[in-house]
Parts: sequence; structure tokens; C-alpha cells
Amino acid sequence: MATANKTPVLTVEHVTMRFGGLTAVSDLSFEANRNEITALIGPNGAGKTTVFNCITGFYKPTEGKIALRHADGSEFLLERMDDFRIAQHAKVARTFQNIRLFSGMTVLENLMVAQHNKLMVASGYTVAGVLGSSHYRRAEKDAIELAKAWLEKVRLIDRADDPAGDLPYGDQRRLEIARAMCTEPRLLCLDEPAAGLNPRESEELNKLLRAIRSENDVSILLIEHDMSVVMGISDHIVVLDYGQKISDGTPHHVKSDPAVIRAYLGVDEEEEEKDALAAKAVAEAVGDQA
Amino acid sequence: MEYFLQQLINGITLGSIYGLIAIGYTMVYGIIGMINFAHGDVFMVGSVAAFLVVLGIGLTGGSGILMILLALVLVAAVAMVVAAAYNWTIERLAYKPLRGSFRLAPLISAIGMSIVLQEFVRVNQEGRPKPVQPIVTGGYEIMRRATEAGEFIVRLTNMQILIIVSTLILMAVFTILIQKTSLGRAQRACEQDQKMAALLGIDVDRTISITFIMGAALAAFAGLMFFLYYGVTDFFVGFLAGIKAFTAAVLGGIGSLPGAMLGGLVIGLIETMWSAYFTVEYKDVAAFTVLIIVLIFMPQGLLGKPEVEKV
Repeated sequence: MATANKTPVLTVEHVTMRFGGLTAVSDLSFEANRNEITALIGPNGAGKTTVFNCITGFYKPTEGKIALRHADGSEFLLERMDDFRIAQHAKVARTFQNIRLFSGMTVLENLMVAQHNKLMVASGYTVAGVLGSSHYRRAEKDAIELAKAWLEKVRLIDRADDPAGDLPYGDQRRLEIARAMCTEPRLLCLDEPAAGLNPRESEELNKLLRAIRSENDVSILLIEHDMSVVMGISDHIVVLDYGQKISDGTPHHVKSDPAVIRAYLGVDEEEEEKDALAAKAVAEAVGDQA
Repeated sequence: MEYFLQQLINGITLGSIYGLIAIGYTMVYGIIGMINFAHGDVFMVGSVAAFLVVLGIGLTGGSGILMILLALVLVAAVAMVVAAAYNWTIERLAYKPLRGSFRLAPLISAIGMSIVLQEFVRVNQEGRPKPVQPIVTGGYEIMRRATEAGEFIVRLTNMQILIIVSTLILMAVFTILIQKTSLGRAQRACEQDQKMAALLGIDVDRTISITFIMGAALAAFAGLMFFLYYGVTDFFVGFLAGIKAFTAAVLGGIGSLPGAMLGGLVIGLIETMWSAYFTVEYKDVAAFTVLIIVLIFMPQGLLGKPEVEKV
């Protein structure tokens, strides 16, 4: 659903993140457009997860600005907000490379926790909830319905009352995405959602992500190594290497960018003349996969 | 047999009080992994606050039963609010700034707060014990039997009924709160992974504060019951009661709510049974010995989850 009039939902401007002497991200600027899937790719250690951590408030960037704009025009400066406020007000949700479900709680409870804030308001901060107000009971019922709708979508409805930790790996990944969606986010950040999935599962993931984007008012920011996922669903790709942006554009553009190929294959500067050849080879290989 | 029955009633009553205090220890441990050593003194603050209100409104055993019950609800409410305010403040001032510091820092701070509370009340309210005439009087005769030494009567006093019934109600409300409400879910989520809870929009600091408030309210209620049951309170009652309740929490499996309730009962029963059949002087030794034995063979406590290293 790539709309003609592209408006940025997320604007990252000149973000630098240093840890002591190490510069993990250096002067990075990019935009993610509304209702698009933007992929952040790059070799290991390129700083992709650090960028995610800056966006979701895990880290405060050393320099720079991260702005998020909602469709209603409200703007949030994420680098100045506490992590829970980013989720609560700016409506950013994320998943993790190593899954972080509440493994001791049931599948359904995991999705209910994600709706905590609106339930707290509806329950009059628990007081009315304990007294059993009808307003709260309705809110609780709506929350369960939303959770169940997501469980249907990720095909986990049969396991709603099982502890989340008992699910197989692929199911946990889908549950984590469902949980993030239950916060009703405007920006969904997925850190390697296809990691550890088999080809059939990652094809299914592609479908799920496409469905999420077209059925909800949400933009997706994706870190992924699986090129079949990246090339298959991204509208826009940003490539990082050593904390710097080396390419930015459509999948087609990025695929044939010599800088990207150099980063992935590690070609020396002196061997520029071979680049053209390598570029062609990689472009074909990646193209086949996609 | 009659003697045993009487001790059983006494033990359950005492165990209820320990259980109510133990919940505060176990919840705080569950959510931030520290032992709030000032919790026993929050119990004491609740108990002294209850004493002051009882004195202030001039409540005596002579009033009508309905009057007494209404007044006690008021006293309980005031004591719970006061103790909650204290515990909330302690958390803000003494524990929160140390979050993320090394593990022993908040623990030492908690011991400090325990001394602060004791000395504050001692200086403010004077050190001598504060007695009160029995307020909830009367009771039921359950069994009567003639023995060589005279008649032995098994009694269940109204005070004991009040303690046991109100504990049951509080614990039921509490279990529903933790299991069924959104607040309880948020607390359990913070227990497992605070960072992730924050990323779902949960205000972790506020959730922790609420946990301290809830724990303090239960401890204050226990403080009121303790003071009514024994008819006396002072600035130092929090020390031993606190240690016993902490033992109960560890015995039941620290971090587990049903464990805290069960642990409280077990400690209360051991104490009374030991005093009944052996020597009163060694009742504390007996309680702590059982703790040691349980910990040697079941380090996670009676109902605790086995420790799993987080990856």
C-alpha cells in the first residue's frame, strides 16, 4: 500500500551514539514513511539494534534528534522521552532478536498486559475495577476481544491459556508480534523477526507483515538478515555499515548500489575495478532469492 | 486433645498476622528483588497509628458491637493510609535512587530505614509500651472437659474470629487483584521483565510504588490486629514480628503469594505448638530451626519456583 504522497512517520536526524570510546552509530539520518515497511540492513555490528534501542528509549542518543509524527499531526521527540512514555504516548512497539515474552504468564495474559494503560484508565486505576464497574467490565471484554482477534491472525487461538514459555520457537515469534500490535502502535519495530524460522515460516511471516501493514494504521521498521524477507516486503531500505548509512532507497536501488556490495563482500578500495563484476553477481544472487 | 485444639486456634490467629506481613516482603522481593528490611517497622508504624486513632476517638470495649466494628474500619483505614504513605516515601527516598546500583545497596539502605522508623517513633511517642483496654471482647466456648486440674475450656474469642475472617477476606481480595486485574498483570509483568514491561507502556516506577503501598496497607492491618489481640504496642514490635514474617515469606518460597500465606500459618503454628508442649523460651529458636531445615532440603521454599538463571 505504498501511497503516492509519502509522509515521514519517523525522522532520524544526525543521530550519534557513543559507548565510551566506541561509536556505534555515527551521524545517522533517515526517514521511514507512513504505512510503509522500511528495512534497516547491514553486516553484523553495523549498529542496527543500537538504532532500535535509541528509537524505543533503551538508550538516549549522544547527539541528534528522533522525531515521530502521528497522522493527526502530533509530534514526539523520542530522544527526550522515558521508555514507557514512548510506548504509551508516541505509540512505538518493538520485538526482540532474542524473544522477550512473559514466559510465566499465559498467551492471552501476554496480550492483555500490552493493553494495560487503557485498562488502567477504564478501571479508574483499579478502584472501580475491583468494585466491578460496568464500564471497566466492558473495557476488559473489548481488550480480550482484541487479544483474541490477534491470536486468530497469528494462529495461536488454541493455545490462549497455555504459558507463553511452552510455545515452540516460531509461535513465540508470532506471539511477540501480536503482543506488540495489541499496544495499537503507530510504529512497529521488528528486530530480526525471521531469525531462526524455516523458509515456510518466513514466507508466512511475510504474509503476516504485509497484512498488518495494509489492515492497520501502522508503519513498520524492520531489521533483518533474511534477504528473502527484506527484498520481498520492504518498500524502502536503509543500509548501515560501521554505524554509518551507506545506502538508502528502494530495494531495487539498494541491490545494485556498489557501496552495499562492498560492505557485504568486503572488497578493498583498490579493487574498485572488480566492483562492477561483483555487483552484477550479487545483484543476481539476491534477485534470485527475492 | 482439647489443649491441642486450643493451641491450633491460637496458632492460626498468630499465623494470620504473620501471613499478612509476609505478603509485603514477598511482593517487594518479587518485583524488585530486594528484602525491604524496614517492612517490619512499617507494620509497627501501622500498629502505633492504630493505637493513636483508638485513643483519639476514645474507643473502648463498652460501646455497642456495631459501633466498635464501624470504628475499627475507620481505624484500619487511617492506619493503612499512614503506613502506606510511610512505605511509599521510604521507597522514593531510600530505594529508588539506588535502583541499578549493586544488590546490597538498597538492602543496607533498608536496614537504615528500619532504624530510622524505630527511633522516630521512639522519640515521637516515647519508648514505653502503649496498652489499651480490650476492645473486642467475648467469645465462644467450643469444648469443655473436666480434668484433675479443674475444667479445661477451649475458647474461640471474637477477636480471633475477627482476625481470621478479615485475613481470609483480605487475602481473597488480594489474590483477585493480582490474578485478575490489569494492575496485577502489570505487577507480574514487571516481576518477570521490567524493561519489556516498560516497552509495552507500563510505568514501572509507579507499579513498584503501588506494590509498596499494597504491602504496607496489609502490614498496617496486621499491626492493628496485633495491637488489638495483645492489647499493647510500642516502637519495637516491628522487629520480631518483621523477622518472623520474613522467615514465613522465605519458608513459603519468597516471591510466591500463596507461599507467604502458608509460611505465615506454619510459623504461627510451630511457635504456639512449641510453646504449648515444650518451653516458651525456645519458641523463636524452634521457628528458625524449621526455616533452616526447610532451606537445606528445599532451598526454593515450600511453594516457591526453583531458581532459574535468567539468560
